Amino acid sequence: MAPRAAARLELLGFRQVHEYKPGKLDWMASGRPTEGENSTRPRAGTVARKDVPVCAPADRLADVRDRARGAGWDAAVVVDGERVVLGLLRAAELAKEGELSIEEAMRPGPSTFRPYVPIKEMADYLTGHKLESSPVTTLDGKLVGLLLKADAVREAEGCPDCVRKMI
Amino acid sequence: MATLIDRDQLQELVARGAQLVEVLPADEYKEDHLPGAISIPLRQVNRESAKQLDPSRDLIVYCWDMA
Repeated sequence: MAPRAAARLELLGFRQVHEYKPGKLDWMASGRPTEGENSTRPRAGTVARKDVPVCAPADRLADVRDRARGAGWDAAVVVDGERVVLGLLRAAELAKEGELSIEEAMRPGPSTFRPYVPIKEMADYLTGHKLESSPVTTLDGKLVGLLLKADAVREAEGCPDCVRKMI
Repeated sequence: MATLIDRDQLQELVARGAQLVEVLPADEYKEDHLPGAISIPLRQVNRESAKQLDPSRDLIVYCWDMA
């Protein structure tokens, strides 16, 4: 669509035409602000908790568990050096044998969601799929935060459905 | 032919005064659009709608994704 619009504008005499090829999807998935009717509604990226503990695959489970619980968490996200999400530790994984490495203990390849998804849609999804939490990531897989079902359900109360489904 | 740009280049161009145009249908623009963008849906890109644009400034068009 944008290439055709750009070509049309050039035919109309515009000489400095650029196409932002990755488009609005890329902009919103990066967590950048928008304007419009949906812009002030809560979304996955705004409600996700940014202070979730993170760890590396080579870390020792007992160390991560102590650190997470010490910070009041029963979950941690496994990331690489670029903060790309590799796995998730929920309560069941954190309760495993402490000498395991995170790579051995983690739930690999968790479902992730983009920051722009409306919170009502996220609440319905997490409830319907019986998920207590889910990582929110940018398009290139980098961690934005962990969205807790309880937070999503609370924020979604009284929040109207988005016109467009985004999951 | 239009120059292809990424997010960082878009922000640089906008900071230097570029105009942003969303060419998606108007209802999608109403829901969400990039800050400062105006709406000219693809089917309405014509000589008349182009009058609201300044031909002396950079112009950035975008839609939803790469499609």
